[in-house]
Amino acid sequence: MTGYTHRGRASARIVAAGAVGLLAAGALTACGTGPGTGGTADADDAADRTLTVYAAASLTSTFEQIAEEFEATHDGVDVELSFAGSSDLVAQIQQGAPADVFASADTANMDKIVTDDLQAGTPTDFASNTLMIAVPPGNPAGVASLAGLAGDDVHLVVCAPEVPCGAATERVEEAAGLTFSPVSEEQSVTDVLNKVITGEADAGLVYVTDVRGAGDKVEGIEFPESESAVNVYPIAALERSAEPELAQEFVDAVLGQEGQQVLGDAGFAAP
Amino acid sequence: MIPRWVAAVAAVGALLVVLPLAAMAARVNWADFWTLITSESSVAALLLSLRTSAVSTLLCLVVGVPLALVLARARFAGIDLLRSLVLVPLVLPPVVGGIALLYTFGRRGLLGESLELAGIQIAFSTAAVVLAQTFVALPFLVISLEGAIRTAGTRYDVVAATLGARPTTVLFRVTLPLVWPGLLSGTVLSFARCLGEFGATITFAGSLQGVTRTLPLEIYLQRETDPDAAVALSFVLVAVAVLVIGLTRRSRSAL
Repeated sequence: MTGYTHRGRASARIVAAGAVGLLAAGALTACGTGPGTGGTADADDAADRTLTVYAAASLTSTFEQIAEEFEATHDGVDVELSFAGSSDLVAQIQQGAPADVFASADTANMDKIVTDDLQAGTPTDFASNTLMIAVPPGNPAGVASLAGLAGDDVHLVVCAPEVPCGAATERVEEAAGLTFSPVSEEQSVTDVLNKVITGEADAGLVYVTDVRGAGDKVEGIEFPESESAVNVYPIAALERSAEPELAQEFVDAVLGQEGQQVLGDAGFAAP
Repeated sequence: MIPRWVAAVAAVGALLVVLPLAAMAARVNWADFWTLITSESSVAALLLSLRTSAVSTLLCLVVGVPLALVLARARFAGIDLLRSLVLVPLVLPPVVGGIALLYTFGRRGLLGESLELAGIQIAFSTAAVVLAQTFVALPFLVISLEGAIRTAGTRYDVVAATLGARPTTVLFRVTLPLVWPGLLSGTVLSFARCLGEFGATITFAGSLQGVTRTLPLEIYLQRETDPDAAVALSFVLVAVAVLVIGLTRRSRSAL
């Protein structure tokens, strides 16, 4: 009997040790995610506030810049950015992820948020993007036009129809009356871009902003049919936000002159 | 005798694995299950997965058995380094494996250019899927088999050799039969790993129905538009894996 009591105590001690460890880890994490200004004196006047922004992966560089400007003009505010495919972000928001603002790469994904009534106010379109042909530097396959992509001798990579850039690709195909036979239908536009950058693909259909962002690693070829597939980017503050005013201010910053300037510089067109 | 606290922690460990699987099974839309998993794209993905995994496992056996034998028995400088390198894919994120394969077999890769001159194109082909699967699954076979060979020792091999058996005969008649359970479990592990391979495939092989889009890639893609189909296919993948592992357990205990 005594043996059992003893063993019971030992296990209680182990559980306690584990709990202490977890608490300590929690405390450490809390420190780690705190705002960068935590050590300075002015952190005391304004309460430290965090704004979590979920944005489509194609907005990475532009939203990082906009968030930086937003932090500079809002004392004690820390903007946390989370970038992923729009549908991934929607799934996370639907599962209760703590997001204050959502910027989608297409209206279809924002519509899911509206259907579930998770937005605060009406979503507003803030940018648009069109497709462009990307080829490796030097254009080894000699692609000159959209029609040139339809041949079997060109290794073409596109987005799968299930994702926004793939849906746009299908609309372009339809408008041009062409049928592509791609060697791969990728999951995201960055995967397509990477296949072109590494030279695995002779050509890929990506967004204008992707070509701009890749610098001299790819060459872009415009085509008139791109007008038939304009992807519109909507943004909305979210209903469950703990910082509704701040969330709306961020939305306004994206829609405002400076935000639009940043987006325009990256190759986005007005909505 | 198992101390009670050990059993308690073990239960937590088991729950950690079983609970998410159960939660997923609970989300399966059973009414449409059959329609979801028999759609053209689903069937194509499942068949491609089974086919490529079978070929990859065979490849793992062909090169993995000699590799395990060398690692277990040979003595030369640098063998420890070789062992570490061969086991690297175990701890490597598969995406990194995919990038490495791309720079080896890709069109502009180390071997890719010569292969393309010879008329062989690996990029975007089913061969690329097989390569990716073999790359990530090989260490599972090697590590299981190497352990089994070490445990079995060399006594019987020595006896067979003194009786006049040639090294190749000893290998097939004595060594491999002795390590049969290890070989079997290594093979099954490799097959299961091939079946679940995702990161290296999507990075290196691309994604096209019937050619390179295996079941895990199909699940990832379906999730974009049809979460029900993604869950149903995930369930199929789990069922196949459980079936394969279960069958081996049975055949092993029958030995």
